[in-house]
Amino acid sequence: MLKNRIIPCLDVKNGRIVKGINFVDLKDAGDPVEQAKIYSDGGADEICFLDITASNENRDTIYDVVKKTSKKCFVPLTVGGGVRSVEDINKLLNCGADKVSINTAAVENPKVVIDSSKKFGSQCIVVAIDAKKNGEKWEVFTHGGRNNSSIDALKYAKQMEDSGAGELLVTSMDKDGTKSGYDIELMKKITSNVNIPVIASGGVGTLDHLFEGINSGASAVLAASIFHYGTYSINEVKEYLASKDIPVRI
Amino acid sequence: MKVTIVDYNSGNISSVINSFKEVAKEKVNIGVTSDLNKIKSSDKVVLPGQGSFKSCIEALNNIDGLSDTLNEFTIINKKPLLGICVGLQMFADIGYEETETKGLGWISGKVSKIDNQGGKFKLPHIGWNEINIVKDSKIFKDIENNSHMYFVHSYEFVPNDKKVISATTDYSSNIVCSVEKENIFGTQFHPEKSDKSGLKIIDNFISL
Repeated sequence: MLKNRIIPCLDVKNGRIVKGINFVDLKDAGDPVEQAKIYSDGGADEICFLDITASNENRDTIYDVVKKTSKKCFVPLTVGGGVRSVEDINKLLNCGADKVSINTAAVENPKVVIDSSKKFGSQCIVVAIDAKKNGEKWEVFTHGGRNNSSIDALKYAKQMEDSGAGELLVTSMDKDGTKSGYDIELMKKITSNVNIPVIASGGVGTLDHLFEGINSGASAVLAASIFHYGTYSINEVKEYLASKDIPVRI
Repeated sequence: MKVTIVDYNSGNISSVINSFKEVAKEKVNIGVTSDLNKIKSSDKVVLPGQGSFKSCIEALNNIDGLSDTLNEFTIINKKPLLGICVGLQMFADIGYEETETKGLGWISGKVSKIDNQGGKFKLPHIGWNEINIVKDSKIFKDIENNSHMYFVHSYEFVPNDKKVISATTDYSSNIVCSVEKENIFGTQFHPEKSDKSGLKIIDNFISL
């Protein structure tokens, strides 16, 4: 049976780990290569790096981090943040990333998703959707949550599936950093609307939140701060989920 | 000993390279090339493959003489070859991804889309799944039955002769996830991304 994946995410800036609260107020702490190794040894099913301010800065630091990490971690490594073009994707893959997540570029130019999934295969193309509720619908935000594209997130999710995305990484901007749980309504709507795996992100504070995320139809749950600040270990998460009859790799 | 990973522009092979180098340490020379002479003089060959069946076969055929060289290495000289993911799928006679494409024809069978039972199963099949070992395979030495391996694929290899199957995995049906036919080995999952169990499989192949 296929297991639900637990994915710790590391927000990286200038080659160092940071964790944002509602996408601002960054706190610094730690070396991403070492931390990724700790996670993979601890049973992480995948590792995710998000280069948060990459859109505006020199990207060479993340390439170096990815190169070093991929020589030490033998679980899948997803890298996102500031990915603008097919060439950027190519560079990250060559550095050792297994998947690349595309956010702003996919909104501005969906052809990047079409072209890159054709060139490298859907298996390595993750489309990251930052969604914020507005009335009865959710809108897609870009540029690390700064710009509202006004695009309907549910329609966009389907469009990205059709464009060749292999997975969707859905982050609720309302929930991110709040520790109050995933936006379950959003996750349910998206997971039931697409046939590709969805990774739930944004808002985890307790073990039960991860359980709710998987129950909402997500194939994988992503969390940053609960792991990063040591609230729970990967193993504690898996033991808890297993006790609730959620299939996990232990 | 010389192990060669075939670099034929089949997508991202850095993880394959990293994992083989990690396992090989200083004992074994790991080469990465599309040079026909270097492939011919290797003791073992690894055939990775990402993307579609069609794109991998095309990439293979784009390098003059590569397909013949691999055929000579594997079928005539009977030296060990490990196919990973689409590398395994290419063993088939034919693949149906994008369009009908002729495979290498080393293990008779076809590659078709996983039946997702009308959307009940998400595709691609992404993540960690247990392997059910159905016959002794040299690359499964010290690998426990029901070990977890990392998968990413939407198509499955369906060999005609079920005796070549060494492991299956359960995703909508029993999908073939490993084969062994004489000197030919293949895994649908990614040993290079399957943590310690995966590295052990790589070690077993290198140690053959």
